[in-house]
Amino acid sequence: MYAQLVETGSKRVKTLEEMSPEERTFQEKVDAEIKIEPKNWMPDAYRKTLVRQISQHAHSEVVGMLPEGNWVTRAPTLKRKLQLMAKIQDEAGHGLYLYSAMETLGASRDEEIEKLHQGKAKYSSIFNYPTLNWSDMGAVGWLVDGAAIVNQVVLQRTSYGPYSRAMVRICKEESFHQRQGYQILLDMMREGTEEQKAMVQDSINRLWWPALMMFGPSDEDSPNSQQSMAWKIKRKSNDELRQMFIDQTVPQLEFLGCTAPDPDLKWNEETGHYDFGEIDWSEFYEVLKGNGPCNRERIATRKKAIDEGTWVRQAAKAYADKKQQKQRDAA
Amino acid sequence: MSEEWPLYEVFVRSKHGLNHRHVGSVHAADKEMAMENARELYTRRNEGVSIWVVPSNNITASSPDEKEPLFDPSQDKVYRHASFYELPDEVGQM
Repeated sequence: MYAQLVETGSKRVKTLEEMSPEERTFQEKVDAEIKIEPKNWMPDAYRKTLVRQISQHAHSEVVGMLPEGNWVTRAPTLKRKLQLMAKIQDEAGHGLYLYSAMETLGASRDEEIEKLHQGKAKYSSIFNYPTLNWSDMGAVGWLVDGAAIVNQVVLQRTSYGPYSRAMVRICKEESFHQRQGYQILLDMMREGTEEQKAMVQDSINRLWWPALMMFGPSDEDSPNSQQSMAWKIKRKSNDELRQMFIDQTVPQLEFLGCTAPDPDLKWNEETGHYDFGEIDWSEFYEVLKGNGPCNRERIATRKKAIDEGTWVRQAAKAYADKKQQKQRDAA
Repeated sequence: MSEEWPLYEVFVRSKHGLNHRHVGSVHAADKEMAMENARELYTRRNEGVSIWVVPSNNITASSPDEKEPLFDPSQDKVYRHASFYELPDEVGQM
C-alpha cells in the first residue's frame, strides 16, 4: 500500500447511536456507497485522516520517481529510456492528481510538501531501498507497481469522490507500468547472459520482502484500520491485500523461472492460497522511522529539487504579475 | 515558503463531440502555463481534443445546503416530462 499506518485519531468506531445527527447522516451516506464531495459536511477526523492518507499517497508517487530517475541516463537502449521516462512522468502526474484531490479538502500543497521535507509526513517504505542494477527497473515495475495496483484498484471505490476519481485515472495508467517492468525481466531471462539472469534473481531477492511490506503491518497491528474501513477510505485489510498480491504474483514469478527468497512460500491446496513466511517487521518499522538504506538521500534530493527550483517559480510568478499589470494599464 | 501559484480547474473535451468535462486542477503562474500543465497532466494518452482552464476562484458553485431550495422544485413538475402525456396506442410512436 502506498499509505502505511495512517493515523485516524480514534481507537474505537462510534456506533450510529453515539453519533451527532450530522455524523449519522454522513455515516449513512458512506454506508449507502454515496460519495462524499468536497462541500459536503464531514467529521473533522475524516477530513484530517484523508489529508494524511492522500498526501502520503501523493508523496509516495513523487518520491517514487527518484529510484527510477537513477536509471534514465543508464537505460540499456533508447527504447527502454523512452519507456522509463514515460513511466516517471506518469508518477509525477499521479502525484499531482492526488495533491489536487487533497486540496479539495482545504489542505495546501506547499504546506504538505513542507511536512514531507521536515520528516513529519511519511511516504511508502519501499522507496527507501536503492535500485542497484538495471533489472531493478524491471522488478520495481513488476512488484512495486503490481502491489500498488492491488491496493489502488480497491481504492477506486473509496468514499471520498475526488480521491476515488483520481484512483480511477491512476489505475488506467498503472498497468502499463507493471507490464513494462515484467517485460524487462522476461527479456533478460529469455535472451540474457548468465550474469544478466543472475541480476534478475538478485533484484527479486532484494525487493520481494520490501514489496510485501508495502501493504502495511499485519491486521492485528493495524489499530487505525477499523475506523478507516468504517469510513470506507480503506476497503480491504492489509493482510487481505497482501494475500491477493502474493496469489497473483507467484505464478508470474514461476513463469520467469525465478524464485522468491522465502523457503515457506508454497501453494496451500486447502485454503486455495499461497502460504508465506513471517515478514521482518522490525525492518519495516526501522525504515518507517527514517532508518532505511536511502531515507536521508531521498529527502535530501527532494529538498534540493525544491530549493534549486525556487528562483524559477518566483520568476514565473513575477512575469505573470507583470503581464497582468500591463494588461490592466492598457485597459 | 514562496507564494503558491494560483489554482486552475481543468476541463477536457474528448473526441466524439461530447461536452467538456471537469477532470481536475493544476497550479500555474498564469493561464498560458495552466494550459501547458493541463496538457501535460490530463491529456498524455489521447484523452481529449480541447482543453479549458479556469481560475478556480472564478467558479461559483452551489452549496449542498441549498440542495433543497435549488433542486426540489423540479421534482413536483411531472408535466415537464414527456411520459406525463398519455396518448392512445393508435397514435403510434411520438
